Amino acid sequence: MSGHSSYVPKTGIERWLDARLPIVRLMHDSAVSYPVPRNLNYFWTFGGILVFMLVAQIVTGIILAMHYTPHSTMAFNSVEHIMRDVNFGWLLRYLHANGASMFFVAVYVHIFRGLYYGSYKAPREVLWILGVIIFLLMMATAFMGYVLPWGQMSFWGATVITNLFSALPVIGETIVTFLWGGYSVDNPTLNRFFSLHYLLPFMIFGVVILHIWALHVVGQNNPTGVEVKNVAKDTVPFTPYATIKDIFGMVCFIFVFSYFVFYQPNFMGHADNYIPANPAVTPTHIVPEWYFLPFYAILRAIPDKLGGVLAMGAAIVVLAFLPWIDTSKVKSMTYRPVARVLFWAFLVTCIVLGYLGAMPAEEPFVTYSRIFTVLYFGFFVALFVVGLFEKPKPLPSSIADSVLGSLKGGSGARLATATAAEPNAKG
Amino acid sequence: MAHATDTKSTETTRRDFLMLATGAAGVVGIGGVLIPLISQLAPDAQTIAAGAPMDVDLAPIAEGMAIKLFWRGKLIFVRHRTKKEIDEALAVDIATLRDPQTDQQRTKAGHEPFLVVYGNCTHLGCVPLGNSPGDPKGDFDGWFCPCHGSHYDSSGRIRKGPAPLNLPVPPYAFSTDTKIRIG
Amino acid sequence: MSTISFRLALTGLATGLSLSLSVPSAQAAEGRVIPPQMSWSFSGPFGKFDRAQLQRGFKVVKEVCANCHSMSLLRIRNLAQPGGPEFTPGQVNALAATYTVKDGPNDQGEMFDRPGRAADPFPAPFPNEQAARAANGGALPVDLSVIAKARTYERGFPQFIFDIFTQYQEQGPDYIHALMTGYKDPPPEGTPPLLPGQYFNTYMPGHLIAMPKPISDGQVEYPKGADGKSPVPETVDQYGKDVAAFLVWAAEPHMEARKRTGLQVMVFLLIFGSLLYYTKKKVWARMPDGSAAH
Repeated sequence: MSGHSSYVPKTGIERWLDARLPIVRLMHDSAVSYPVPRNLNYFWTFGGILVFMLVAQIVTGIILAMHYTPHSTMAFNSVEHIMRDVNFGWLLRYLHANGASMFFVAVYVHIFRGLYYGSYKAPREVLWILGVIIFLLMMATAFMGYVLPWGQMSFWGATVITNLFSALPVIGETIVTFLWGGYSVDNPTLNRFFSLHYLLPFMIFGVVILHIWALHVVGQNNPTGVEVKNVAKDTVPFTPYATIKDIFGMVCFIFVFSYFVFYQPNFMGHADNYIPANPAVTPTHIVPEWYFLPFYAILRAIPDKLGGVLAMGAAIVVLAFLPWIDTSKVKSMTYRPVARVLFWAFLVTCIVLGYLGAMPAEEPFVTYSRIFTVLYFGFFVALFVVGLFEKPKPLPSSIADSVLGSLKGGSGARLATATAAEPNAKG
Repeated sequence: MAHATDTKSTETTRRDFLMLATGAAGVVGIGGVLIPLISQLAPDAQTIAAGAPMDVDLAPIAEGMAIKLFWRGKLIFVRHRTKKEIDEALAVDIATLRDPQTDQQRTKAGHEPFLVVYGNCTHLGCVPLGNSPGDPKGDFDGWFCPCHGSHYDSSGRIRKGPAPLNLPVPPYAFSTDTKIRIG
Repeated sequence: MSTISFRLALTGLATGLSLSLSVPSAQAAEGRVIPPQMSWSFSGPFGKFDRAQLQRGFKVVKEVCANCHSMSLLRIRNLAQPGGPEFTPGQVNALAATYTVKDGPNDQGEMFDRPGRAADPFPAPFPNEQAARAANGGALPVDLSVIAKARTYERGFPQFIFDIFTQYQEQGPDYIHALMTGYKDPPPEGTPPLLPGQYFNTYMPGHLIAMPKPISDGQVEYPKGADGKSPVPETVDQYGKDVAAFLVWAAEPHMEARKRTGLQVMVFLLIFGSLLYYTKKKVWARMPDGSAAH
């Protein structure tokens, strides 16, 4: 998108359209000639995978909405109607339910890839923040979608999560009543959740377009974190190079996705959600979907209602400030020996928090949740401090060097200092 | 030079074949995905199963009256015709009809007073008037569709107006003199 | 190397957590006994239901369970559809006609009884929840439609990760079979005295169940084989297996189609994936300027 366009309209019709609505030029520049760093690894295919998952969720979701009934007395049965009577309904519903989980698998890989390779650093701050917004919207969408089958976990998940807002002083109770549209989670709640669950994916779609726009302005980061210096040497055109690689990555991902859909379709769900919602009985262990577990653990770790809610919110919002929290100039943790250890410790912290979130709220899990909550936030503090004194390893002078140098068994002769990796927006 | 060109051309062929095979597999994949996406639009198993045959008792229908009922979600008229209406229907020269059918083809032998037809105009699906005593029955003592002015005669045949076909007769049979089974 | 720091971090965590995390959580405290794992014909990627077993299971459900339990999401016609017990349409219509279904109102505004049709849901034994409770000492017999998917137990770490690969997901039927065979009368030593309407079941969480022992050996007669004897024993253990299998089908009537479609999809993805892999290699073998990639 930056730089000149290489699109040359060939026929008269193309020239006519190009002068009026240069949409073919836009497609060409962003999906064909767009320069991609030649050293991207397979973690970079997850952006494309996420676009695929978003579209897949929207398509299966629109179809499910054709057969689903958003009413508290009929929702559960209408989902079973989809499973039993609608042609391929079982497939569409399992695709949608497992698709949500796989969407989060992909987004977590995408986020941690960004963390490891410093993709949030200048000039990609806006790109990163848009990503955090997408993540928040995804969480809201997934939460409301889980309410729709109106099983026990739907109902009690909705009750617990909406009650989080009651922690807010003064206005909390009013907000919760407005969320519910009544005095408890009931039919009005289900109706509005259905409406919003249908709306939010399209908002995600809009922010994804901004996300991709921002990406195409600043260009992609890459495993070295060294910006593109020479388009001819450092990059390859998006098509066919990135296209074919992304599709291959996508098919591998779909393979895993299909395995769950066809062979373990209920593995990532909760058995309790096959019991119709009952406001008189709470399931013994109520847990959110796995992708919320780390945040749920943080919520429960704080022995204060408002404090827990704020900590959980902060755990997500802090990500948006990463570009300014990380004080190092070096992007890729490949060249940051100390930060790299922090990264892996943070990943493990998140996984352990996820495990603790699934455990009952009793000892020793509560104590561990507190320790790991401190570690979670500690990561961001440590990242700030480490950047001040850490001595990075020497960076390759260019992307081309890092690729070709590996053939020669070391490119020690041509190394640049860390400060040489200054951002260069013109890719 | 010639050697280099040769290598390149065989490589190109192999590459082309691979691309072709991959592309073909991709098309197969997209086709496979479309099967569930499209077939879910068809009637589901319960809709199909609910369309079982239905028994209707004709005894309560007085001469000159008609009832409306639904089978498989479609509207059906059952009309107990008067002698005059039957005679009119029989007297028509079918060569003059837009959709030529005799009255015998549209009723069951021995049960001529009863006419059973689908109750939606063959033009664009409105419900014609003519079942209740006060309704307009059109120019031919049958039904009149108020939407676009189609006239049906006392055998449910189209006689005037934009509709192309007669009101269709659903599958049914008399199980006794006063009972039919639709379906 | 990053892997080393990763391993270091992991080891540290593992030593710190190993003791507490390996404790099976609250389940032990609740008095939960893990049901024994049975072998099921429908488990695994190529699993299929045993038609004869589903038909036997249905017989037990119809003659015993259905006296108290509803199965509202199931239609009588489901018994004839492919991938289920596969009764013939004639058998299903005849069965449907044996039920009396309340329908109406008729032209006089009155409800009337008519014989059941294949498209009808299974008739519930009680007209409403209150009636069901009143007839069962205050306890509500649960609906059995999706019970095989609604009952499970925690597998714990790391077993739940292995389950992804072994495809073990039969907690539901294991539990149903265990529950049907788990009654102890009199209850074992040390059990607090049972109140009226309470029964001891080894596998019920907390051991106290409101459902009396539902079935005993020989209670349901199975179809006879050529030798005049039933091919399977008419025991509570066998009844439990057959009912559990039937309820798995009832909860997931398209399981066979799912696994069959799955195989086709996985084979296709393997072929498509390999083609893509080689295409990708070909494309990346040469850079746009004609130089070799690496």
